[in-house]
Amino acid sequence: MTSARERDLLLDGSSNPLRDPRDKRLPRIAGPSGMVIFGVTGDLSRKKLMPAIYDLANRGLLPPGFGLVGFARRDWGAEDFSQIVYEAVRDHARTPFRQEVWDRLAEGFRFVMGSFDDDDAFDRLAETVADLDRVRGTNGNHAFYLAIPPDKFPVVLKQLSRSGLTAQDGDQWRRVVIEKPFGHDLRSARELNEVVNAVFPEESVFRIDHYLGKETVQNLLALRFANQLFEPIWNSNYVDHVQITMAEDIGLGGRAAYYDGIGAARDVIQNHLLQLLALTAMEEPVSFRPDELRAEKIKVLSATRLFEPLTETTARGQYAAGWQGSEWVPGLLDEKGFNPESSTETYAAITAEVDTRRWAGVPFFLRTGKRLGRRVTEIAVMFKRAPHLPFEATMTEELGQNALVVRVQPDEGVTIRFGSKVPGHQMEVRDVTMDFAYGAAFTESSPEAYERLILDVLLGEPSLFPVNNEVERSWEILDPVLEAWAAEGKPDPYPAGSWGPESANQMIERLGRTWRRP
Amino acid sequence: MIVDLPSTNTSVLNRKLVHLRESGGVLALGRVLTLVIVTNDGPGIEDAIAAANEASREHPCRIIVLARGVRKAAARLDAQIRVGGDAGASEVIVLRSYGPLAGDEPGASMVIPLLLPDTPVVTWWPGEAPQSPSKDPIGELAQRRITDAFATSNPARALELRRSTHVPGDTDLSWTRITLWRALLAAALDNVPHEPVTSARVVGEPVSPSADLLAGWLTARLSAPVKRIRSDAAPGISSVRLVRPSGPIELVRPDGKIGTLTQPGQPERRVALHRRDTKDILAEELRRLDPDEIYAGALQGLSQITRGRSSAGSAAGAGRRR
Repeated sequence: MTSARERDLLLDGSSNPLRDPRDKRLPRIAGPSGMVIFGVTGDLSRKKLMPAIYDLANRGLLPPGFGLVGFARRDWGAEDFSQIVYEAVRDHARTPFRQEVWDRLAEGFRFVMGSFDDDDAFDRLAETVADLDRVRGTNGNHAFYLAIPPDKFPVVLKQLSRSGLTAQDGDQWRRVVIEKPFGHDLRSARELNEVVNAVFPEESVFRIDHYLGKETVQNLLALRFANQLFEPIWNSNYVDHVQITMAEDIGLGGRAAYYDGIGAARDVIQNHLLQLLALTAMEEPVSFRPDELRAEKIKVLSATRLFEPLTETTARGQYAAGWQGSEWVPGLLDEKGFNPESSTETYAAITAEVDTRRWAGVPFFLRTGKRLGRRVTEIAVMFKRAPHLPFEATMTEELGQNALVVRVQPDEGVTIRFGSKVPGHQMEVRDVTMDFAYGAAFTESSPEAYERLILDVLLGEPSLFPVNNEVERSWEILDPVLEAWAAEGKPDPYPAGSWGPESANQMIERLGRTWRRP
Repeated sequence: MIVDLPSTNTSVLNRKLVHLRESGGVLALGRVLTLVIVTNDGPGIEDAIAAANEASREHPCRIIVLARGVRKAAARLDAQIRVGGDAGASEVIVLRSYGPLAGDEPGASMVIPLLLPDTPVVTWWPGEAPQSPSKDPIGELAQRRITDAFATSNPARALELRRSTHVPGDTDLSWTRITLWRALLAAALDNVPHEPVTSARVVGEPVSPSADLLAGWLTARLSAPVKRIRSDAAPGISSVRLVRPSGPIELVRPDGKIGTLTQPGQPERRVALHRRDTKDILAEELRRLDPDEIYAGALQGLSQITRGRSSAGSAAGAGRRR
């Protein structure tokens, strides 16, 4: 396995004469490698992973001779698997279909039938992988993508270890890719990390938080650290508060059984929203090397605390029946197959603060929910009002706070809100917005988060993946809320299609703020 | 929406642009650059505009097309504004000029009032280009000047001109077309053994600026002799061979579509290596607007390559026969 230092050497061209840091055209193509996907029949595989792999191949970023192995219980032949991938690519790929790209990619498809407790199946998997090394030249470099429920991780990891698939010798690498949830509280997260780290060293573990693969999220770092305009005001002297929102308009539908007992806080706040908070609040990293970036994220997460008392600074809700846009939808408790007594929240809001000189006293409001007004994810940095307004009070009645909003999805971009004079003979100031969208309306040109992340896994580039430390720290922040909620009370109902329960409004109003309508 | 302004001038045109913005809000998206396309009027301009529109989905821009008509005519400017669905993510202004207006100086003066303020300007000559793009009145307005040696009537001469008049900010689509080749070759050298390349060979069509530039690039990067073999066996570039002590690395593309990568001690690997669309290479070109030092190096390397010719035959055998 190449160390970070060796890789840097490679990248700056001192050992490869054809590489040069000034040669920015040259894409980084992954070295010889393959990927094994567990859970090929799932939605994640069909809608995201397989299309992303094709798109990468179409962009010329996969190594020649790439191997893709599917593992599932289905009684499939190689052609059936190929057909499944073909349909996934046809329906969901971002880039146009090209026969010659597909043909080359499909040559590397293999399928292994078996269940996770079947020793024989894993032995066959090991043979298949070895065969790929021989025939396709994957050179012993393989990533194992666990697109399966976390309770299956231990058995699969044990099997991988038993069948010798995790052994990395010499220049070869073996990596494992896992998806959230990374546990359901601090204790279980630690257990999961132990299980995973027992088989794969931490630098070979890639935890996917697909938000971090999004262009806009990476752009947040460029916005903050490449500009002179924003960083001077990025602190408690100018920032009044920060609102981070991830709203979904869909309900639980078929996923109801999985969701019961998990809830919005574990599902979204623990990973996505706390990661967004970390990127918004962190100090400038010394450099953009993965370890430096991570050091700053961990620092800011370890300075993050909850506002207390929790009964007043958190809110939770459960969607009830209502009009979701033009459609009448049932409430959570009436969803088919859902526990009608459930106290699982579908809306969660918390108030956090970052105990550093930069952020002292600035509340960070984090909220997420299902069946809300519309699908949107954004980070809104709300600034203080100007300390003195040389206008009559009547002139600025319609002036709110300045805001800088990073729109993560949909319609990726940045919005700035500021006051402007209303045309006319009276001096009247009103909020206006200025939008920036970098080709964001056209998804065919902006790579999918999964493309970026899969390529980074194959390249061994860990910047965009949270490490166990970050995961555990996030649970430490969230655990008190989960305990308090478990101890007493129930979520407040809110009508589908609204922006959450009344208690969430009261929560933010107690601190003298109001929610933005995103 | 397409608005035609026959027999007009640039101030009317500018007023119309502002009016369209106010009345329809159609031009409100953020623009990151102005792309000036300089070409002779004819059916070919629609291809250039279509490619630019596609590229604008990645780089929202204002596109100004200078379509030059007959010189022996009265001075006249016909303008056309395309916005919304007819212009991708961009706004397109087509300036059809006749008579004295079809010259270089007036062309530049017509473009100046239409440039977006304080954003980069890119000039693209999809066909014939001026002798020295950076000294051309329209080229002078731009940070980035894109030519296409392959699209001219005499590609070999065009490439020689690119070499002799190169200044930072110039680039050529023949160079952009080989990015994937370069990436595959660089990736092949990423892995062990890290041995020096002792010699290299590029085989391609007799007239192929891209093959020449690939050889020039290898010369500039490797301190080893590089040979450029002319062969009619396959379209474009047909093979590249890098010789190292442990054996040669070879990337062969006999049909213009599928490449085969061979390395010592490793199985043959096949890779899709189709020739890229204009929209793709233009989008790549617009991705970076700073000087391309690597391209400058490849141009310099051109003078050091050894040239040879193969009689028609397999590309793989071409080198041995000289």
